[in-house]
Amino acid sequence: MGDKMQVEPRIEMPKIELEPDLVTKTPAAKTASEIGRSIIEVRQLDFYYGSTRALKSIDVDVPEKKATAFIGPSGCGKTTLLRCLNRMNDLIPNVRIEGSVKLGGSEIYDSATDVINLRRRVGMIFQKWNPFPKSIYENVVYGLRIVGINNRSQLDEVVEANLKRAALWDEVKDNLHKSAADLSGGQQQRLCIARALAVEPEVLLMDEPCSALDPISTAKIEELIHELKHTFTIVIVTHNMQQAARVSDITAFFYLGELIEFGETAKLFTNPEKRQTEDYITGRFG
Amino acid sequence: MAGARSNLATGARRKFYDAAFAIMGLLATFIGLITLSALIIDLASDGGSRLSWQFVSSFPSRFPQQAGILSAWVGTTLVMLVTALTAVPLGVAAGVYLEEYAPKNWLTALIEINIANLAGVPSIVYGLMALGLFVYQLGLGHSVLTAGLTLALLILPIVIVATRESVRAVPGSMREAAYALGATKWQTVKDHVLPYSTGGILTGVIIALSRAIGETAPLITIGALTFIAFLPDSPVKAEFPFVSFDWLMSPFTVMPIQMFNWVSRPQEEFHLNAAAAGLTLILMTLAMNGLAIYLRYRFRKRIRW
Repeated sequence: MGDKMQVEPRIEMPKIELEPDLVTKTPAAKTASEIGRSIIEVRQLDFYYGSTRALKSIDVDVPEKKATAFIGPSGCGKTTLLRCLNRMNDLIPNVRIEGSVKLGGSEIYDSATDVINLRRRVGMIFQKWNPFPKSIYENVVYGLRIVGINNRSQLDEVVEANLKRAALWDEVKDNLHKSAADLSGGQQQRLCIARALAVEPEVLLMDEPCSALDPISTAKIEELIHELKHTFTIVIVTHNMQQAARVSDITAFFYLGELIEFGETAKLFTNPEKRQTEDYITGRFG
Repeated sequence: MAGARSNLATGARRKFYDAAFAIMGLLATFIGLITLSALIIDLASDGGSRLSWQFVSSFPSRFPQQAGILSAWVGTTLVMLVTALTAVPLGVAAGVYLEEYAPKNWLTALIEINIANLAGVPSIVYGLMALGLFVYQLGLGHSVLTAGLTLALLILPIVIVATRESVRAVPGSMREAAYALGATKWQTVKDHVLPYSTGGILTGVIIALSRAIGETAPLITIGALTFIAFLPDSPVKAEFPFVSFDWLMSPFTVMPIQMFNWVSRPQEEFHLNAAAAGLTLILMTLAMNGLAIYLRYRFRKRIRW
């Protein structure tokens, strides 16, 4: 079905000349074997906000223990796709999802899927850091408290280990019971990362985690992503193409709800297959 | 040059309006403040001399000098206790449900409109309904319980609306953060939504209870007494099981009714008693609000954004 040549009515199409065959051709997703074992497999995913189709027959594989970047201009659906991966879109009224998303081989949109459990396996970092208005300590352990882990020494260990993983320990180790609101923006975002890691997820989704941060904080988080991808699978949505080039192994380029190109970051940025990808990464539009 | 000059002229006019509004606003504030303080000073000058331990600890009497407000303030306290214990849990639960759980459809919208309208229903109508339902149908009698439930119904819409407003003010990012960590809806509500909105909810509760404490009409409707020379049964007992709920079924009077009774008497001395009772009622309201403000302060201090 996805191979059919369908000309969709384009509503928010910017005025750029694109050759018709490039616009309508469905990208052939790279097979998993080329990039490594995939942990998430998205097949023929359609997503509707009301009657607006935000994602169009998306096929994407996310390889295990690598950093995958979703890039594309605003409104291209990259964040929507990211939020499909841990079913955060379930919280929005009036949306409809069709197609399949598999995590470790099992369908996450099955009615039998435990969404609570899914979100513990697929953690999320948001564009605007959102620590709870509680202490640093309580922020990190919240994911454990909700499953009934209240053992003080166990929690202490988790706090130390995860603040270290998030490269925040040295800055806050003497003030663990201070309010998270006292931290700087970059520190709060790293606290959110520590909080997400404390649940030991398999996948960490990052929705433009640095878009509101200064360059130094951004550099720290990018460094962190380099560290974390050895332990976790990371999917990062970013507006910033340099960032995608710096932190990711695999890049997926989206445009108007479609996956245009998907492949190894080095290749996609130096030798893209599609004209649209080239136009975007060279700054001709977007 | 001409353009510059006219700019100058409009500039002066704009500044005049700016200053004029500031003055008008100040005047409006003062009119409210002055009226209110005039009322309180008037009450205090009339009733202040009657305020004494004897006044607070005596039952009503035919003799104005011996009359007191013991049964009235105890009645008001007990009725407010029942009202708060009923309206706050029900109102908060309903508000949280409507905001966090209820699907956003026409039925919810209809319920919302009706709750907003209920807040505007005259209190005497609640009195009539309570007379039919609590007194006759359920046989609760002309009791503290009936009065408390009646006032609870009266303020329930206010508590629900205030709860919804403050729950809605909790940033969606907090809910997302909790859900993304695998929290259930109830955990998200209990650990985040409710604690972060407690301050706003308490403000609504203050407003609601302040309205209830001064209500007279619905309580007269359900058969509150105007003269009562005994206290409800004590809620605390010396012998096992130490608590008793007999007071709930006791007849009662409340401060506003006692005041109304005294004002309607011909003797000037009773009018002084009414003023003193009014002063006491204001003090009781202030004490209640003070408690709520303190609780709100305590809650807000624990949460730092």
